[in-house]
Amino acid sequence: MRSALLALIGLLAAPLAGSLLIGLDRILTARLQSRIGPPVLQPIFDVVKLFGKERVVVNAWQAFCAYAYLAAVAVAVVFFFIRSDLLVIFLIQAVGTVFIVVGALASASPFSQVGGYRELLQSLACEPLLVLVIAGIYLETGSFAITAVDRWPQPLMVRLPLLFICLLFVMAVKLRKSPFDFAACRHAHQELVGGVLTDYSGPFLALIEVGHWFETVLMLGICSLFWAGNWAAMLALAGAAYLAVVWLDNVTARMNWRLLFGYAWLLGLPLALINLFWLYRG
Amino acid sequence: MRIWAKFIGYARFKSPWLLHFDCGSCNGCDIEILACLTPVYDLERFGIVNVGNPLHADVLLVSGTVNHRNRIVLANLFNQMPAPKVVVAIGACGLSGGIFRGAYNVVGGIDRVVPVDVYVPGCPPRPEAIIDGVRLGLEKLRTGGVTLDSKDGPIGATEENHPCSRTN
Repeated sequence: MRSALLALIGLLAAPLAGSLLIGLDRILTARLQSRIGPPVLQPIFDVVKLFGKERVVVNAWQAFCAYAYLAAVAVAVVFFFIRSDLLVIFLIQAVGTVFIVVGALASASPFSQVGGYRELLQSLACEPLLVLVIAGIYLETGSFAITAVDRWPQPLMVRLPLLFICLLFVMAVKLRKSPFDFAACRHAHQELVGGVLTDYSGPFLALIEVGHWFETVLMLGICSLFWAGNWAAMLALAGAAYLAVVWLDNVTARMNWRLLFGYAWLLGLPLALINLFWLYRG
Repeated sequence: MRIWAKFIGYARFKSPWLLHFDCGSCNGCDIEILACLTPVYDLERFGIVNVGNPLHADVLLVSGTVNHRNRIVLANLFNQMPAPKVVVAIGACGLSGGIFRGAYNVVGGIDRVVPVDVYVPGCPPRPEAIIDGVRLGLEKLRTGGVTLDSKDGPIGATEENHPCSRTN
């Protein structure tokens, strides 16, 4: 009963929280550029408007992929809220990423294709890091279950600081923030149009946008695990992580995929491995 | 159901995404359009985002005269935008052909090819006038009954239904 209630909260509250966070992000970004910026409910207006538009699809696959992506990330968030297994959550959200790629490659548009390949490269670069973060949590707590993290007496942050940096890196990629926003980006319409989102329109674009809200909450949720047990500290940690990513988005330019690989595999992987080795020895 | 429809209308009003097409303008109007997106005028406070993709756009801003080459591009962009959508013609050339009106290669204003909802005169119009024009278009967008649905078939893309081929 309790987990059903938690699942319901996850399904309803997570997209709402995600949309408000993205609205705040847009206001903050505007203020950093000395603009006033849109209202905080802007992402909700965008999505409602998109749901009210005419349905245009390239092919049935594309529409299917939008639904599958939303379903995958929503299920991942529900599993997170019922404090399930971290590995399962990781695999389910990876399914969502795969459907984004398949949906992009299902259309013949070169922009969509390029976006699809870049999305694949992104997941190739950052998903090993996410697995290592989860492995680190396992080494520390002895379990993949989030309930074990909740019960752990000491914040994970104390023993996993380098893995937290890796997680921030993964978050910047997953939230499509500069400098890693080369698979889909609102601001890159000169070079990329919409990347993986190029050929989505109307209600199907709205589904992907809602999926992105879920993904934002999921990534922040995983961040908050690093100070599990104390609600205020969890919220503060997730908020600080989000601010850091928004700040990074505003102070950096878009880079290419080679640099992403350079950072992910030459900087991120060693950091993660050092932290894992330290955990293993200690 | 009525409340939901009203909410969608309000959301349309609050979140218009622009597609800007330079139909052979001298760039005077285009610079003024881009000025609207800068911190001074900040169109994003109305929820307006400049998207480079007709599939995502609600408002088509067109500047410059239409000629025989780019009228196909213009019609194509218009037809690719999912309904509901509005078209805003910017500047003297976009309205009527401007000083190029009589030239042999010029078709005329935007409305010879696609249905125009709002005309913003000026050479070039001030950013304030452009913002005003877009807001006027949004009022039409809110009520929904604006321009044609794509079910009514494409516009102006073929030779037969093009106004030019009929009048000559």
